[in-house]
This record gives sequence, C-alpha cells and structure tokens, in this order.
Amino acid sequence: MTMELYNCSIESLSQRLAAGEISSVELTRSVLQRIAEVDGVIGSYLTVDETGALAQADAADERLSGRDNTTPLTGIPLGLKDLISTIGLPTTCASKILAGYQPEYDATVVRHLKEAGAVITGKLNMDEFAMGSSTENSALKKTCNPWDTSRVPGGSSGGSTAAVAAATAIATLGSDTGGSIRQPASFCGVVGMKPTYGRVSRYGLIAFASSLDQIGPVTLTVADAALLLGVIAGHDERDSTSVDRPVDDYYSSLQKDIKGLKIGLPQEYFSAGLDPEVESAVRAACGQLTATGVLLNEDISLPHTDYAVAAYYLLATAEASSNLARYDGVKYGFRSESPEGLLDMYRTTRAQGFGDEVKRRIMLGTYALSSGYYDAYYRKSQQVRTLITRDFDKVFGDCDVIVAPVCPTPAFAFGEKIDDPLAMYLSDILTIPVNLAGLPAISVPCGFTESGLPIGLQIIAKPFAEATLLNVAWQYEQLAGWSGRRPELVKEEV
Amino acid sequence: MDYEIVIGLEVHCQLLTETKIFCGCSTNFGNQPNENTCPVCTGMPGALPVLNRKVVDFAIRAGLATDCAITPSSIFARKNYFYPDLPKGYQISQFELPICIGGHLDIEAEGETKRIGITRIHMEEDAGKLVHPEYEHGVSFVDYNRACVPLIEIVSEPDMRSAAEAIAYLKSLRDIMVYLGVCDGNMEEGSFRCDANISLRRWGAPEFGIRAELKNMNSFRNVHRAIDYEVERQGDILDSGGTVVQETRLWNVDRGISMSMRGKEEAHDYRYFPDPDLLPVVIADEWIEEVRQSLPELPKAKRQRFVAEYAIPVADAEVLTADHNIADYFEAVVKLFPQPKAIANWIMVEMLKFLNEDKISIVKSPVTPSGLAELLQLIADGTISGKIGKQVFAQMYSQADNNPRQIIDSQGLAQMSDSGELIAMIDEILAANSDKVKEYQGGKSKMFGFFVGQVMKKSKGQANPQMVNELIKERIG
Repeated sequence: MTMELYNCSIESLSQRLAAGEISSVELTRSVLQRIAEVDGVIGSYLTVDETGALAQADAADERLSGRDNTTPLTGIPLGLKDLISTIGLPTTCASKILAGYQPEYDATVVRHLKEAGAVITGKLNMDEFAMGSSTENSALKKTCNPWDTSRVPGGSSGGSTAAVAAATAIATLGSDTGGSIRQPASFCGVVGMKPTYGRVSRYGLIAFASSLDQIGPVTLTVADAALLLGVIAGHDERDSTSVDRPVDDYYSSLQKDIKGLKIGLPQEYFSAGLDPEVESAVRAACGQLTATGVLLNEDISLPHTDYAVAAYYLLATAEASSNLARYDGVKYGFRSESPEGLLDMYRTTRAQGFGDEVKRRIMLGTYALSSGYYDAYYRKSQQVRTLITRDFDKVFGDCDVIVAPVCPTPAFAFGEKIDDPLAMYLSDILTIPVNLAGLPAISVPCGFTESGLPIGLQIIAKPFAEATLLNVAWQYEQLAGWSGRRPELVKEEV
Repeated sequence: MDYEIVIGLEVHCQLLTETKIFCGCSTNFGNQPNENTCPVCTGMPGALPVLNRKVVDFAIRAGLATDCAITPSSIFARKNYFYPDLPKGYQISQFELPICIGGHLDIEAEGETKRIGITRIHMEEDAGKLVHPEYEHGVSFVDYNRACVPLIEIVSEPDMRSAAEAIAYLKSLRDIMVYLGVCDGNMEEGSFRCDANISLRRWGAPEFGIRAELKNMNSFRNVHRAIDYEVERQGDILDSGGTVVQETRLWNVDRGISMSMRGKEEAHDYRYFPDPDLLPVVIADEWIEEVRQSLPELPKAKRQRFVAEYAIPVADAEVLTADHNIADYFEAVVKLFPQPKAIANWIMVEMLKFLNEDKISIVKSPVTPSGLAELLQLIADGTISGKIGKQVFAQMYSQADNNPRQIIDSQGLAQMSDSGELIAMIDEILAANSDKVKEYQGGKSKMFGFFVGQVMKKSKGQANPQMVNELIKERIG
C-alpha cells in the first residue's frame, strides 16, 4: 500500500512536488478528501475553503512547473487556527461574538504563507479567544482527540493539533499564550512549537494576551516545524514587539552534532502531581538523549515556578479584559437584537456573545486592573514575571537547553475539568513559565501511555535560539522515532 | 469674595502631523466619513499600533519650549472605557511615565509676570466622532477619520488664581504651540481644547477645596465666562454653608451656564496599564539635542528682541509677534526698507485691517514684503503723501499688484514737487485773494491755512505740502 499523500510530511511532499512526481492540486484534493472522511468525527475545522484551496493549489502548480521562485511550502496544504486573520475568510476565534466577521486584511503570517505559495485549507477550532486547555470552550464546535475520541485534544490550539494528528492538514499554525500549542501537541502526539516572543509577527493574530501570544507551527515532524518556522519568522514593521534580527536557517542546522551540549532538568518540573507514566517517558527520553553525547544536569532549579500560574492568570486576564473590549456590537460581528439604548447594547451583546470562560477571565482581569487593586495584583504579577525570567537567565548561564514534561498528565476526558477552572489552570503549570519569560520551546512526541495516549517532551531554549532548540528536538526525534505515528480513525463514507 | 480661586488647566493640542499616531492614515480634515481609516485606527481584531516618530518629535518640541524634562523612557498606557467613538474600547495614552514632566510657563497677567507650573505633557490618540442624523431618529453613525489622530495633553499645576491668569496662560501656551508648528491652535475647530479644574478656598487655607472639572469651552471668551460662572456657583454654595460636589461639568455656550455631566460615583475607573503592543519610547540625548537645535525663537524672546533691535514700542512688538508669520513679514520688510516704526504702523493699521476683513493670514496677503517696502520708500522720498499712500496700498491689495510706482504713474498720483509749477499756482491764488493776503499780513495768522488749503485743492491733493508751506511763506512773509 502506498502512503496516502495526506499522511506525508512537508519535507517529503515538497521534494516530490519539486520533482514533479505529484501536483499540489492532487495533494490538496487528497487532504480535502481526508477532511471529508474524518473531520466529521474529529471536528477540527470551523471553515473549509475548498474553492480557495484548489485555486491556490493551481497557482502553486504553475509556480512549481515553471520552477518560479518556489519554496518548501509551495503547494503544501496548511490549516490555520481561527484567530489568525484571513482576508475574506471568516475568522471567529470560535466565538459567537465574531459571527459573520470577515477580516479585510491578511495577518502577516498569512501573507508570508501566501507569498511562499502555500495552500490554505481552512480555519481550525480552538477554545474561545484561546482561553482554555481543552478546546471545550469553543462556542462553535467540539473537537476530539484523534487517539481517543472520548478525550480532549488539549487547547487552546486543539483544532490545529488534532488536524495534524488526523492528517486533515499537512501542517497547521497555532498560537501559544500559556502552552496553547505545546500542550495540545503533546495530547495529540504531534510536534508543536512556540517561538521566542517577537520572532513571529502578531499582526493579524487576534489578541488574547498581547505580551504572551506567539504564533507557532504544529507539524508531524521537527523538520517540518523548521521549514514552517523559517517562512513565518521575521521582523514586521506592523508589529512593534517583533524583533529585528536575522532569521536563522533552521532546516540546515537540524542535523548538527549536539555532543557536549548541556541539558538541564529543572527539579520543580518533576515534582508531585506529575503522572508516573509521563515522568518515566520524559526520563527515558533524557536517557536516550545522552546517547548523542549531551551532558545532563538533573540539579537545576527554577525556584519561582510555583508563582507562575497565579501571575500568569492575572497578567493574561488583565490584558484580555482590555483586548476584548472592542467586541461591543458597534463595528463588526455579533450585536444583540433590538437593545434599548447604548448601555443595553453593550451589556446584552457581550452577555450573549461571550462564553462563560471568556467572561470569567474578563472579570478577573478587570478586577486585577481596578483602582486600588492594581498594585497588589497587576504590578505584583509583573514583578513575579521578572523573577521567573531571571530564574531562566540564571539556569541558561550553565545550560544550553532545558528539558521537561509539557503537561503533568496525558489527554483527559471531556468534562473532566471543565467545571473546575482551577484544575484546568493548573494543567498549564509546566508551559506557562516559558511564556512569561518569552522563551522558545517545543513539544516533541516521546512515547505513549499504556492506554495509548501520546506523551510530549518539552525542550526550552534561550531567547532566539530556535536553531538549537530544533537541532536538539530533531536529534531526539531520530533516536526515538515517535514522530509520524498515526492513530486509527474510523472513516466516514463520503 | 472671601475665597481664593484655584485653577488648573488641561489642554489638548491636535498635532500637525500628516499621518495618524499609530497608522499611516491621513489626518486631513474634511474628507468623507471613514475615508481616512484602516484596520489599525478602526480597531479591527488583530491590528496593532506602530508609533509615528514625528509625534514624539513634536512632543519633545512642546516639552523643551515649556522647560520640561524629557523622560528618557516613557510608556504608553491603555485607558479603558466604552464609547462607540473609541474603536478599541481603550484609548492609547500615557499615564505613569509621560514623555515630558516638570516644566513651566511665565505669563503676563494684570501687569505682573507669573510662573505657572506644567506638571506633564503626554502623547495620546484622539477618538472618532458620532454623527446623529436629523432625518432618522434612534440611529447614529460613527466617523473614525479623527480616531488615532495625534494629540498632546498639557497639564498645568493648579497655579492660576483668576480667570484672567487662566486666559493669559492659555493664550501664551497657544502662541507657543503655533510658533513651534506642532498645532494650528484653532479652538473653534477643536484642535486646541481646554478643560479647567476649578476650586475655591478660604484665603490662607492650606488645603485645596473640592474641585469641579469644566469641559466644552471652545473659545477664550467661553473659558473666561465658564470660569466666572463656576466661581460664582461654588461661591454661592460655600456661602450658604454647602459643600461643592466633585464632578465633571459641561459648559453650555448658548445658555451661558454649566451642567453636571457625571459625579464622582459615576467617574470612570480607567484601569490604566502599560500597553503591551507598544515598546517604551526611548529618547536618546542626541535626539533631544537635535530637536533643541531646531526650535524656533519663541514669542516672548521674539518680542523682547523686537523692542531691543528695532526700537519699537512694547505694544507694537506684542501685535507683531502674536503671529510668527506677521513677525516674519515685518522682518522681511525691514530688510528692504530699514524704518521699523513706519513698517510696524503700516502692518498694524493698514495691512491687518484688510487681512482681518478677509480673514486670511499674512502669508496669503496680496501685498508682498517687497511691494510694501517699495511703497514706503515712495512715501519717504516724497513721491506721494502718506494719504495717497493709503489709496495706493488699497489698490495694491485689491489687485494683487506689487508695483506701486506703476500705479502712481498711470494714475498721476505723484506729488507736485516742481517748484516752478507750484510757484505759478501759488501766485495765482495769492493774486486772486489779495484781500486775504492783507488780512494775513495784518496779523490774522490763521489765514495761512486757507492758502495752503486752496493750493492743495487746486492740485487735487498732489502738491507736496511741505513745499507749499515754504513757498507761501517766502511770498507773503
């Protein structure tokens, strides 16, 4: 049996496209067919743009046949988390409040993808406004974990990671504010990467928490992540927080020898509460890594880790309470029916348009910024953020990368944590500090539980050391061989 | 009045940049509604602000001109509140760390010089404008052309003690901003707006009284009226043993009263916090120096220089320097015709009369500096009299003709300075009025004016009066 096109990596597909063995239209049809067959069960897509995708594929084929300025992404079908603005395609943030909204501009990353000749298959489900860790907070759709459809795919980029796992997109883009790429990637057994804050433009990314949000790749393999990041990374004059420094050639540094590289294991990330199967998979991965000649240091400490979740949920909600003020029924999206005056329009539009978790966070953030509470909550949290950043700075004085679990547990069942926001928030404890410090990090598959649920290994690097990060991840991936495994999915008759 | 008046002013200046503060849209006034907009200034999801460098430049200018310290690293903050003209649900402003702090302005009020402290100057974006059409009740539109237009807010210390001082401060501040080229200073159109914080206290009381904030005063006159009204209102409350309520009041121009807009309880909690979409505004010393070097001469310095350099009265210097364009015009004429006092008179009387009638700036005057200089030269050398000069000036102005010589020649306006012609005319008049000559010689000296008048009449005003005087005197002693 030949490998179906939708099952392949960007790396192999781009070679075959360039060699003229396959066409982008053929590949795109294969992916669209796959969406039709399995997405009814998985539920990754909020919008499938069949017409647009095939037109882009056609254009890509022309570019490929003329060998006209092709890139590794030319002709590759990709999906986008539904908070990345796409001109003329609905961009909903999985919220009712953005019903009917179609951006009049493309996000910078979308512009980069289109310029590279990529094919956009559609828009992917997520927790409403990226607030959540299970995609259960989507107001529009339920997304299942392809490895066990009774379980959540993780979140908030659950649609993006489930799509890659279910092969309904060759790769996707997600966004990571407190672990929203890495945690669902670990739950779905795919590669998910959060770049350094400022590495990828946020222009056109609908904000949850502006000082933490970063767009990143979700892929089948580390090499694919390197290829995708290479296209979306770079300085953007439209985003003041994007950093003006050259983009490394991530793909060509994947195979570099990592002998002698120093890897730290923070003791705080292996403390009580860690699922034993997760811990043993991660420790086993570290053991395997030593085969490459790296030096492990199991004694490093990030002492302020305990305060990260509290600080994060104050800062992120504070920013969100302001970022989400623009959804007021005045300019776009949902407006409540026949409100009585302006104040009533605001109240009813927002009451009906936002889901519970979003409202909870708006209220939390509004409180944290209120006069008389600002110093105790917002300012104090900023100070904690500084301490956490210093923890990492100190550790990176001795280590090149840090290795840890992504999430204390594998994918949990639907409904298990949805009524307990605190338990849900705590599941982000191992990913949040990275966002607070603005560091690049990746989740790479490192095994399965006995019941067959994927487990992720988190690797964290210094700011803008994406090349090193991907290099270590690739070396590990070669040794371990977990990447690229596919769940068995029941196909629907089409 | 048993109370001391305490006034602090907050002034918003709309900056004269070509593009908005956080996007590349035009700031042009008068375009179609929402023509000057983009995803950034309409608050589209995902759009991000990028600071216009020119705005920082202008804010530094304003700061240096008012002796402020420039903050090496200032921060943009979000001011959160809901209103349909505010597309993002927050205004990007500055809060804890504004770009300029601790300046002052010396004003002249009621014959004295007084120093008014300037607490801070910060940069911010303007909001859009609501339009309520008359043809359809219950429907409103929003025009975002003004959204994201750059402003600076200049906050004074509560240092003013009378409406006159407040007006003097405002006028002086406006002159400076206009001189700097950062603002057009137009109060009626709202590009120079003022809110006033007013309180009263018993003379000698150490603490300030409870203040009210007054808004919506769109002229100096209305600021004055509104302050007077507020002082009386608070005075009445205190006199009757009441307490002033801390509130924001709106001045009603038509009714000449102010009305409460919102009280302290309804005051917004703006929940300021640093805007995570913008980096701190880092200003190196070199930048400040660069701006300092480019600062123009400010009104006060120019006034003092005009008095010293051109020996003109202080009152003249004040008129000439009120608008830097008038000052520039004056100096351009002085260069061509070095008689400053005469030029000052002509600009202040003739020129400004015409300009004010047409409501145009001196830069648009049909009479150019060289045209005026030539005219004044022709008066000075006796070619025409000052009286004829006014006639010629009016023609130059209405026809945009800057060749006074030609006007004089073509209409035969030149003075008769040919003594032969004048002598013949005088002799004729003296012969025809021999009886009056005798009266004059008999001691009726008033008669002299009669002869001069007859000569001027006969010459249709073109006789050189000085020569006429001398020649008559020669003849009849």
